[in-house]
Amino acid sequence: MSKNGSGILRQRPATPWLYLLPSLIVMTIFIVYPGLNTFYLSLRNIDNTSWASTACKAGEACWGVFENYHYALTSTIMQTAFLNNIKWILLMVSGTVAMGLLIAVLADRVRYEAFAKAIIFLPMAISFVGAGVIWKFMYNYDTGQVQIGLLNAIVTSFGGKAVSWLTEPQINTIALIIVGVWMWTGFCMTILAAALKGVPTEILEAARVDGANEWMVFWRIMVPQILPTITVVITTMVINVLKIFDIVYVMTGGNYGTEVIANRLYTEMYKNFQPGRASAIAVVLILVIIPAMIMNIRRFNEQEATR
Amino acid sequence: MKTPSRFLNWLRGLPTHLILIGLCLIWILPSLGLFITSFRPVQDINETGWWTILAKPKGYEEFQAYCASCHGSDGKAISNADLTNPELVQNYRRSFALLTSLNREIDGQIHMGDTPIPDDKTTATIASYMRRISGIEARPKFTLSNYIDAITGYRGNSTYVTDCAAGNQSVDLYCNIRDLTNPRGMGRAFINSLLVAIPSTILPILFAAFAAYAFSWMDFKGRQWMFALLVGLQVVPLQMTLIPISRLYAQLGMNGTFWGIWLFHTGFGLPYAIYLIRNFMGSLPHEIFESAYLDGASHWTAFTKLAIPLSVPALASLGIFQFLWIWNDLLVALVFLGGKYPVLTYQIGNMVTSLGSGWHLLTAAAFISMALPMIIFFALQRYFVRGMLAGSVKG
Repeated sequence: MSKNGSGILRQRPATPWLYLLPSLIVMTIFIVYPGLNTFYLSLRNIDNTSWASTACKAGEACWGVFENYHYALTSTIMQTAFLNNIKWILLMVSGTVAMGLLIAVLADRVRYEAFAKAIIFLPMAISFVGAGVIWKFMYNYDTGQVQIGLLNAIVTSFGGKAVSWLTEPQINTIALIIVGVWMWTGFCMTILAAALKGVPTEILEAARVDGANEWMVFWRIMVPQILPTITVVITTMVINVLKIFDIVYVMTGGNYGTEVIANRLYTEMYKNFQPGRASAIAVVLILVIIPAMIMNIRRFNEQEATR
Repeated sequence: MKTPSRFLNWLRGLPTHLILIGLCLIWILPSLGLFITSFRPVQDINETGWWTILAKPKGYEEFQAYCASCHGSDGKAISNADLTNPELVQNYRRSFALLTSLNREIDGQIHMGDTPIPDDKTTATIASYMRRISGIEARPKFTLSNYIDAITGYRGNSTYVTDCAAGNQSVDLYCNIRDLTNPRGMGRAFINSLLVAIPSTILPILFAAFAAYAFSWMDFKGRQWMFALLVGLQVVPLQMTLIPISRLYAQLGMNGTFWGIWLFHTGFGLPYAIYLIRNFMGSLPHEIFESAYLDGASHWTAFTKLAIPLSVPALASLGIFQFLWIWNDLLVALVFLGGKYPVLTYQIGNMVTSLGSGWHLLTAAAFISMALPMIIFFALQRYFVRGMLAGSVKG
C-alpha cells in the first residue's frame, strides 16, 4: 500500500515540514487541544473555578470529581436520551440497511435504474433542517376539520382521528426516525448497489440454472457475498445515528420525550450553560463511538489494501 | 411462441416495477409536497392540502349543492343576479350579509325554495367562493410571493409586493435592492451561507493537498506514525471540539466572526481531507514522479504540475462533499455565528420554532436552501455520490 523509500526525491530535511506545518498547526488547535480540553472540563465545576466535586450536595450520592459523569450517566433526562438513542440505532440502522438493500436489488433489474436511484439518493443533498421542514409539514396536525398534513389527511380520510405525530409519546420518536430513514437510505443503497455489482454473474446464473428461486439467490448467494460491505454500512450508520442532532433539534427540540444524547449536549452547553456537564456528555459520546469508528477505519483500510 | 413468453416475462417483472415505483413515489412525495406548497397562496395553504391543487377550489361543492340549481354551476344563469359580477357580490362579501339575503324573500318567493338554508360555516365558505369567482379576491393557483417574502424577510399580514406598492411597508424594508440584505431575510442568509462555505471548502483542501503530497512523496522521520495519528484524529466527534473552541474564541473575541468559523471548518475537515487526498495521490503511478525527479524537477514542480492536476477527481469529490457538509450544517453555525451572521440553516431553524405555522414562508425558505445542493447533485452526480460515500467516515 505505501510507497516508502524508493523513488522518492531527496530533499532538505526542512522541506516536508513546510508542506505539513499549516495542517499540523490548525489540527493541533482545533482537534488535539479541544479533545484534551473537553476531558479536563468534564471534571470541572460549572464556571471552571474548581473541581466538579464542589457541586455535590450533602446527603445525596456523589461521584466526587466525576460528578458531571454522575449526571451524564444517571440523570433521568440522560437515561431517556440513552434509551432513545438505542431506539434510533435499532430502528434507523435496520430501516436504512433493509430499504437500501431492497432498492439496490430491485433497481438492478430495471432499465430506469439510474433514475430510481437518483430519487432515493436526493434527500442526502438536503440539510437536516430542510428535511425537518419537509417532514414537519407531512406530520402537520390541525385541531380543526381540515388537515393540510398529508399523513393526517390520509388517516382522517379513512375515518380515523388525526394524530399529533410529534407530541404523542412513543409515536414521536418513531416519526423522527422515519425522517432519518428517508434521508439515509440513499447512502446505504449506493454502497450496497456497488457491492452487488461486484458479485460475479456466473455464480448467480449457475444457481438459477440449478433451480434456485430469486429468494434463495438473494439469501444464499448475494447476502453472503456482500456481507463485509453490509458490516461497513452498519457500523457507519451506527456512528451517524449516535451523533444525530439536527432532526431532533428542529422538529421537537428534544421535548415530549424525544431527547437524544447530542441534543442534550447542546442544551447543557448553550441553554443551561453547564460546560462541565456538556463536556462529560461529549466524553461519554466519544467513548461510545470510538469502538465503531476503529472498526470502520480498520475495515476501510482492509478494503483499500485489497483493492 | 414468442408473444406469450414475452408477456409472461413482463408479468414476472411486474412486482419488481410496482414495488420500486411505489417506493420512489413515497420518497419523492414529501419533497414534492413542500415544493408545490411553496408556490401556493398563503390562504390556500391553510385551507386545503397541497394534493388538492388539481381539484376545484374550496367552496365549489357547497356552491353546487346550495346555489347551482338556480344560479347555474358557473353562477351566471340568472342574468340580473350574476354571481360572477363583483358589484353584486360586493354586497354579500361576509357570511351574515349573505345569510340575511338567503333568508329574505325575493320577488315574493322564498330565496332558497325547497333547498334548506345552509348553516353559518357553509355560508361563509360559499361567500368566500363567490368572492373568488367574482374576482374580488381573485387568487392565483400559484404565486411567487412566498419566495419574495422569504427572501426579503417580510413578516406582515399581506405580501411584500402589495405593501411596497401601497407604500406602507414596515420600517426595516426599503422596497429596493437593499432588502436583499435584510438580516431577517433568506437573501442575506444565502449570501452568508456562501461566505461561510466557500472559504471553508478551499482552505482545508489547500492545506490538505500540501500535507498529502508530503505524506505521499516525501521521506521524513515519523511519516508512518504521523499518518496513523491522523487517521485516529478522524474519530474525534464534532461535538467534542465545540466547547473548548467556543471558550477559546470567547477569550479571543472570535465568536461571531467569519474567521472563526472558517478556521474551525478547516481544522475539523483536515484529517479526513488529508487522508482522502493522500490515498489518491499515493496511488498515482510511481514512474511519473520518478522520471520527473530524474529530469530535475523539484518537489514544488512535481506538486503543482503533476500531483495537483492528476488528483482533480479526488479534489472535486472532496470539495463537493465539504461544501455541502458546511452548507447543510446547523450545529457549527449555531455555535460560532449564531444570530450575528445568520446562515440559511440557522434562519430556517429559527423560523420553525418562532413562526409556528407560517408554512408559506417556511416552505419557500426551505426550498431556497435546497436549491443549490440539488443543482450540484444533478449536475455533478458522479462526484457528488463519490464524495458522499468517502465522507461517511468523517466524524
